[in-house]
Amino acid sequence: MTTSRDIERYAALFASRTKVMKSSAMRDLMAVTARPEVISLAGGLPDTSTFPPDTFAAVAQRIAEESCAKALQYGPTEGLDETKTCIAQVMAAEGMRVAPEDLIVTTGGQQVIDLVTKTLIDPGDVVIAEGPTYPGAVPVFSSYQAEVVQVDMDADGMRVDLLEETLDRLERDGRRPKFVYTVPSFQNPAGVTMSQPRRRRLVEVAHARELLVLEDNPYGLLRYEGDPPPPLLSLDGGIYVMYLGTFSKILSPGIRLGWVVAPPPVLEKINLGKQAADLCTSTLSQLMVQAYFEESRWRDYVESLTEVYRARRDTMLDALADHFPRQAEWTRPAGGLFIWVTLPDFIDTTDLLARALRDNVAFVPGEAAFLDGRGRNAMRLNFSGSHEDAIREGIRRIGEVVTEQVELYGTLTGEHPAVRVEEPPAVEDATGHNVLRLPKRSARSRRAEGS
Amino acid sequence: MTRVAVLKGGRSLERQVSLRSGARVEDALERLGHEVLALDVGQDLIERLREIAPDVAFIAMHGRDGEDGTVQELLEILDIPYTGSGVLACVRATDKVLAKHLMIEAGIPTPEFFAFSETAFRELGAADALPAIEERLDFPIVVKPSSQGSALGIKFARSAAEVPAALVAAFSYDSRVLLERHVDGRDLAVSILDGEPLPVVEAVPLGDEFYDFEARYEIGRTEFVCPADLPDGVTEQAQELALHTYRLLGCSAFGRVDLMFGADGELTVLEANPIPGLTETSLLPQAAEAAGISFDELVGRIVELALERAPA
Repeated sequence: MTTSRDIERYAALFASRTKVMKSSAMRDLMAVTARPEVISLAGGLPDTSTFPPDTFAAVAQRIAEESCAKALQYGPTEGLDETKTCIAQVMAAEGMRVAPEDLIVTTGGQQVIDLVTKTLIDPGDVVIAEGPTYPGAVPVFSSYQAEVVQVDMDADGMRVDLLEETLDRLERDGRRPKFVYTVPSFQNPAGVTMSQPRRRRLVEVAHARELLVLEDNPYGLLRYEGDPPPPLLSLDGGIYVMYLGTFSKILSPGIRLGWVVAPPPVLEKINLGKQAADLCTSTLSQLMVQAYFEESRWRDYVESLTEVYRARRDTMLDALADHFPRQAEWTRPAGGLFIWVTLPDFIDTTDLLARALRDNVAFVPGEAAFLDGRGRNAMRLNFSGSHEDAIREGIRRIGEVVTEQVELYGTLTGEHPAVRVEEPPAVEDATGHNVLRLPKRSARSRRAEGS
Repeated sequence: MTRVAVLKGGRSLERQVSLRSGARVEDALERLGHEVLALDVGQDLIERLREIAPDVAFIAMHGRDGEDGTVQELLEILDIPYTGSGVLACVRATDKVLAKHLMIEAGIPTPEFFAFSETAFRELGAADALPAIEERLDFPIVVKPSSQGSALGIKFARSAAEVPAALVAAFSYDSRVLLERHVDGRDLAVSILDGEPLPVVEAVPLGDEFYDFEARYEIGRTEFVCPADLPDGVTEQAQELALHTYRLLGCSAFGRVDLMFGADGELTVLEANPIPGLTETSLLPQAAEAAGISFDELVGRIVELALERAPA
């Protein structure tokens, strides 16, 4: 029987790192978003409904016939060579050359963040991340008691000039960060992509300061327009850049398959860490990828996903322009899964979520993407996981509650701001340097006339 | 053997806490030898209850629907005995504005407050009264939704400039909000079981300036002291005030009353909770244990009280 005295006894046994593994009001609110009647723009889910079931059957059939015993057995910690060959193909599609020995197959990309942090971070060590950063990385960094320093972004991704200032400041304080964590393409949650000059500069900075960079690239192949800038890994040649890849967004998150490329000495430690964590990645999942690559044209499926997501992104951008008040700003991602919306600073998006849930719609409050309490007036919207009708309706409902709060604030302050009475002029502002106003282009312009 | 339906979850913002309370109650009921049927409350609630036909419903729900009299009303219609307070007490207790007015009328000290509906601001120009209110209450002012049971939506406004945003936040949870005088002091909770006050629990937040939502349900964020170490007579006085409030609102079986022991030595009642949390870190189970009542006994007593109250 559990009594509070037992709880106290357990509490004394908890590692100090659990003190920072905390639940939050937001997480409790998120429990309601899972209800079926809620239109959730909160998840980061790819749409797995278009995956052809007969391909799945053929893959399973092939494994049953050709490698049943192997699929049911343990495998090497670093992963199967067959799977690594598939990974090499995926990376080649983004202009990177890797040999099988350069990489380790992992249990999803998330495990890479965990293993890299485990390998490099002692309690109190500094990790540099973008602000906002991937909400799922936050608990990983916290659980290793890393101190996370977030560097602001603009429409061109992480502000590398600010990164350098931050590094200088840390150096003056006698602190040396261990690595920079970045999602350079279609960033989660901001949706922005790091420009080529910034990428080059980031790699230069890493070399000059002997600083590792973890390039997290789950969405690179989900590009809806424009040409891809080179991955950091290809610019660096694998000296200071570690690379995280995953099959989650191009095939399935359910198979839990990712990978990491890192300089050999780092990779060796990561491998030992992986062995301790789970011995090996699911052999069955690895063979499924191999069979899938042999059974079908994986790039065709990625292409079909791209078509679906592009239309959903456009629908969301149109709906935002139609339903959000002029005080709101948002990013216009060229790929990936997310749009980041910044609201006036008197709106707290965690409270707004509580209000939105009454209308059966959900999003991720921006505070989840910061460790320092910022982002309270921002939200992350996902467009990949919902159908266009649901996106339109969901954005309409959120827009309504935002408008309601903007009006109420106006009433309370006596400002009575006129909400959506006219289209404001489209002002081009290339400087967009405030992370909380990402980016400062005319967010009001519909995508058709967007920059 | 009694057939007990445990009602939990639902659409309340405290769904997660309720699921945890419910799971713990289910385990206890099973250990007590009851037949337990867990229900995550949704559209099919009535249908499921008719199908299950329980001897008694254990309401392990917090916040909207569970604590505000809604589910109690439905159970009355279905003639199913249920745990805890009846409809009227739930309605009174969850409406903080109503509860505080009742307290004032009955002479129970509660922090000074002003309450407004959203329409008062939108249609009656209530914003023009804010400066007068701010002057009367002093900063920081606590702004909170009238009906939210947990600490969600509670904001501290440290200056006049912070009041509008705090109001917007509070209105996210309810169409009525309170602006309340902030009492600087110690957080006390008095749980009551079958008309008897249990030992006082003091919640001591670790680090944070405010006993926030997270701290309420997390081990290691708040330190709970039970029985609270209070000056002579204060424990008895707090228990008396709590019992008075509990009776005033018409609560029955069990409940929890939250108080402040001000730096000025005065006790004030903040609110009453007809269905306080029953999780590992909740205050009622801690207080019961300090009184020598185990969690299983507590759950058993609550079920007995529900059956006793039920018309034969």
